[in-house]
Amino acid sequence: MTAAVNPKKLIKGGLHDWEVVIGMEIHAQVTSRSKLFSGASTEFGGEPNDHVSLVDAAMPGMLPVINEECVAQAVRTGLGLKARINHRSVFDRKNYFYPDLPQGYQISQFKDPIVGEGEVLVDLPDGESITVGIERLHLEQDAGKSLHDQNPTQSFVDLNRSGVALMEIVSRPDLRSSEEARAYVTKLRTILRYLGTCDGDMEKGSLRADVNVSVRKVGDPLGTRCEIKNVNSIRFIGQAIETEARRQIAIIEDGGTISQETRLFDPGKGETRSMRSKEEAHDYRYFPDPDLLPLEFDQAYVDALAEGLPELPDAKKARFIESYGLSAYDAGVLIAERASADYFEAVAKGRDGKAAANWVINELFGRLNKEGHSIETSPVSADQLGAIVDLIGEGVISGKIAKDLFEVVWSEGGEPRALVESRGMRQVTDTGAIEAAVDDIIAKNPDKVAQAREKPTLLGWFVGQTMKATGGKANPAAVNALLKAKLGIE
Amino acid sequence: MTSLNELTLAEARDGLKAGDFSAADLTRAHLAAMEKARGLNAYLVETPERALAMADAADAKLAAGEARPLEGIPLGIKDLFCTDGVATTAGSKILEGFTPAYESAVTANLWRDGAVMLGKLNLDEFAMGSSNETSAYGDAVSPWRRAGSETKLVPGGSSGGSAAAVAAHLCLGATATDTGGSIRQPAAFTGTVGIKPTYGRCSRWGTVAYASSLDQAGPIARTVRDCAILLGSMAGQDSRDTTCADLPVPDFEAAVTRGVKGLTIGIPKEYRVEGMSAEIQALWDRGAEMLRDAGATIREISLPHTQYALPAYYIVAPAEASSNLARYDGVRYGLRVPGKDIAGLYENTRAAGFGREVKRRIMIGTYVLSAGYYDAYYVRAQRIRTLIKRDFEQAYAAGIDAILTPATPSAAFGIGEKGSGDPVEMYLQDVFTITVNMAGLPGISVPAGLDAQGLPLGLQLIGRPFDEETLFAAAQVIEEAAGRTRLPAAWWA
Repeated sequence: MTAAVNPKKLIKGGLHDWEVVIGMEIHAQVTSRSKLFSGASTEFGGEPNDHVSLVDAAMPGMLPVINEECVAQAVRTGLGLKARINHRSVFDRKNYFYPDLPQGYQISQFKDPIVGEGEVLVDLPDGESITVGIERLHLEQDAGKSLHDQNPTQSFVDLNRSGVALMEIVSRPDLRSSEEARAYVTKLRTILRYLGTCDGDMEKGSLRADVNVSVRKVGDPLGTRCEIKNVNSIRFIGQAIETEARRQIAIIEDGGTISQETRLFDPGKGETRSMRSKEEAHDYRYFPDPDLLPLEFDQAYVDALAEGLPELPDAKKARFIESYGLSAYDAGVLIAERASADYFEAVAKGRDGKAAANWVINELFGRLNKEGHSIETSPVSADQLGAIVDLIGEGVISGKIAKDLFEVVWSEGGEPRALVESRGMRQVTDTGAIEAAVDDIIAKNPDKVAQAREKPTLLGWFVGQTMKATGGKANPAAVNALLKAKLGIE
Repeated sequence: MTSLNELTLAEARDGLKAGDFSAADLTRAHLAAMEKARGLNAYLVETPERALAMADAADAKLAAGEARPLEGIPLGIKDLFCTDGVATTAGSKILEGFTPAYESAVTANLWRDGAVMLGKLNLDEFAMGSSNETSAYGDAVSPWRRAGSETKLVPGGSSGGSAAAVAAHLCLGATATDTGGSIRQPAAFTGTVGIKPTYGRCSRWGTVAYASSLDQAGPIARTVRDCAILLGSMAGQDSRDTTCADLPVPDFEAAVTRGVKGLTIGIPKEYRVEGMSAEIQALWDRGAEMLRDAGATIREISLPHTQYALPAYYIVAPAEASSNLARYDGVRYGLRVPGKDIAGLYENTRAAGFGREVKRRIMIGTYVLSAGYYDAYYVRAQRIRTLIKRDFEQAYAAGIDAILTPATPSAAFGIGEKGSGDPVEMYLQDVFTITVNMAGLPGISVPAGLDAQGLPLGLQLIGRPFDEETLFAAAQVIEEAAGRTRLPAAWWA
């Protein structure tokens, strides 16, 4: 972590500037067809208790059997976080009573997690980058869901999620602002989605965060932290941190002290409130699960998984900058989703990378956002956009006509080159035709011609008139050159 | 003529194959004996309809010449094994009314091999006890009595129902489980043979868990050969239990007559515990002589960490139990006693559902796992466990093939005589057997004589990991030399 304190990130209190210190525990649902220790489906939705095996319901005598795909996914994620992979890890029982926890314990990893220390490179909107340390990643079971609103006197329990595999990814307290925290989660989500180890769908609860927040005066030791549980959107993560940091600053500046506790963020009220204090904290009585042998594998297993990994966001970004000459910003935008990056590369293949990036980022993404489409459902395919870029490059259409053509392809579909012909969108490069139009305009506007000699910026007006006269199809470069020559502008 | 239910399992099997009698006859003889023996409270549930249907199916197989290894053999099932469609209680009120929709791996293996189910057998609640007195469904009573006395004796525990039923000819053999001695001690008390196989030999899938790292299923039967036959069917790899060994099941029955010539039998000096009765010492010496006479070499050995096994067990087993029994919360199955909120429901259900001994062990287990005590208790107990295991490894590495010890400190005691004040008095019942569970080794208890009051006494043989065969061979030598114990007249019928 960078040692220098960035004054822009400090929060102004009544008396001092305060530094907020944030660490996160991200719970990421492992992409797998069946649960961590049972064969039941992990499919989202379904009627309550549709996806529940005897193991998930903790029937007497049932035993957990590790799902090897979940192990592979955790190792892939560890590799994606440049983390140490532990060849031996242990499943422990975390004991507590709750109706949506049928076993009376959650199978988790406590002392010996499957993945150790790693790091995530996080780009911030201002162009700065920070490295966030990863302390560990471990596998654990999700709980079921208690439904309190189905009956006036009883609670119901839905065990569909009970036993679904989660990866808990614990960061070091390396984050110093809500913006950094949001950027970190965004980046982590990107990495997980690239790896295909978690779909990152926060609306479905596939990614949840516990956020540890403390504040301190610059240079002081770490303050007492509060843990905000189960925040389920990136926006709320930012809001929860801001709210909690200000709450803590107000207490300290009032002469109070922060007590370590678990809190909940209420986005409706914009406040965090106490869930349980340190004294009420559970004693989970962790111990190694005697039903499961230690999880062991060799380096060859890890190597095989490493070989199958896709190109990850950081590498892809570097390559985009290097091979296509993109700016770091554009490259960062394009690699945020693997599908976007793939789309871009399909457009850029054999074409000018910068032009392709411009079209993908400015025209396509702009339009997709406006219409609420994702890249996967884009009405304009990479082939179609590529053809548009080609037509500009070949001088067949101007950039301006290209935008009209994009509109046609977006709303009506069709092959761009054919559309240019059938709709007469081909730009006029015939100098004779353009010259005739230019001569006509010069002849009709002697006063403007005189002015233009004094004030060369009037050239724009002549360009506009010429384009109008040619139905926008005149080659802008040819128009410019002709006008400059005829008006005697250097 | 001997009643059909008094045959050994091997005799019955051969008789069925020879067509001397039918599986239906054999089953009916047992059902009749069970009916007369209800005073022993060995069976919690009798399943005559199912038994007769299974017997008919067995007769069809026998007639077709397609007999499987246990075709038509009537067995009793300890009520810790989940049985599809038949109530399973683990001897606890908390599972009252629970009927599994699945069959345990061990019992499924028995039915696969053609066995007939007679019913579910009494046990200490959740297999926690050494006398069957912690059962929520009443004491099982031993068919044995002291000479000239009518005092009711315990059959031992936790597999008390299994041992009583086998001894009283209420089945040809029974399934049992052993976490600290729960097969071997009741076998010793009732003059029957019981083997706790190596941890991982039998699948634990579908057996109600007490202490997962120690629990192991095994048979109780009237002869060594019968035990070997049963274990051959019960054992086997099961992908649903990852602690179950992926090893082929040997022909255990073939090992029974192998003899002990050339084997070296260890006598661990640490088992000569303080206050051991002269009778037990004499029995032990006789056992060693029997093996020596059959060609074995007897050698004294040392297992220095033996004395720590019992205290360490009473940390590890309750710790695991406290967690294993957390699922009995009144939410999904079994007993539910409502409360004003969810905590109330838990408290009321578990207060009403669990008996005193189970509660005691849950509390001990919760305590030893709690913050600040974990290292002092649980971690140290696990270290002791490693040392105990090493003691055995060193003995085996030094050329010992099997180890001979007494099975219990005494013969069976009367119901209500022990443990009412100090639970440790009861815990000491397992002083000779518990090390074997802690080390994950196989151990067999075989009757070796009677005490002065005419009650059976057993010897224990402890083997190398997955070497049950040597135990069967050595136990057979003792069984032959000592002569099979004769049960007193059927006073209960």
